[in-house]
Amino acid sequence: MSLENMLIVGAILFVIGLYGALARRNVLVVLMSIELMFNAVNLTLVAFAKYVAPAGLAEDLTQNIGGVLTGQVFAIFIITVAAAEIALGLGIVFAMYRSTGSIDLSEATQLRN
Amino acid sequence: MLVQDIVFWILAVAVIGAALGVVLVKDLFHSVLLLVVVFIGVAGFFVMMSAEFLGVVQVLIYAGAVSILVIFAIMLTRDVQRGNLPNRIQMPALVLSALLLATLVWTATQTEWDRIEEGQRDRVDLVQTSSVSLVTDETLQASGFLTGEEQAAARQAGLADLLIGDFVLPFEAVSVLLLAAVIGALALVRTR
Repeated sequence: MSLENMLIVGAILFVIGLYGALARRNVLVVLMSIELMFNAVNLTLVAFAKYVAPAGLAEDLTQNIGGVLTGQVFAIFIITVAAAEIALGLGIVFAMYRSTGSIDLSEATQLRN
Repeated sequence: MLVQDIVFWILAVAVIGAALGVVLVKDLFHSVLLLVVVFIGVAGFFVMMSAEFLGVVQVLIYAGAVSILVIFAIMLTRDVQRGNLPNRIQMPALVLSALLLATLVWTATQTEWDRIEEGQRDRVDLVQTSSVSLVTDETLQASGFLTGEEQAAARQAGLADLLIGDFVLPFEAVSVLLLAAVIGALALVRTR
């Protein structure tokens, strides 16, 4: 387990999520793919927090002791935003299902027609 | 080290396989269950990278709340029979994803990262795990925090201290965002 391994796992997870978000017709699959991408980013941030030195670490750790936790704090914020996103996203899915009777993105063309 | 490597590869294979399943499996219900596998695997990665608090939060919020919400959505929309179909831009999306993966892997392997030196490893690990472990004088000294000043700084450092210290403004902004999301979700699903 090294920094590169973690980054590559994060990259693969992100790319799978990107493909799912772009190439699938079902809204719920798109939402799940976006959650995959959030998870990949969190994984990368935590890997950087664990393996990469923040500024000032080499001279004196105590001067910038919070720096080694910054990546984890970012991940907490991303988890919060992701929770808000999934709540709103599912609200939109329900509204769409009620008005069109379908959750197929290819049929969501009310704004175009 | 060897045990860590074995656990890493098992988790990596499980997470990537389950993520592929989420996107490719026909049955939506199965993809949510695979999504839970991804979430728990990522929580395992967090624990391996001394982010135990994040691992717990990941299991609570993602594997607990988010997956249950998605299962509810699948049950309520009754569009499950049609399954998980691709749309017309499948090939461009595949090419774009492959190119992005190549770029990311190239960047990750070619960059000279400014790594934490081995001498600092124990100290960094102690600070990162301090939110879930008992920090005593003995553990501080064993990790290399020798003087009183250093020990005081290590005791004070932690996620909570950062959240209501350096990051207090984003913290408050995120609170307002959550409130807005709750109100927005209620407004969206309200029947007139």
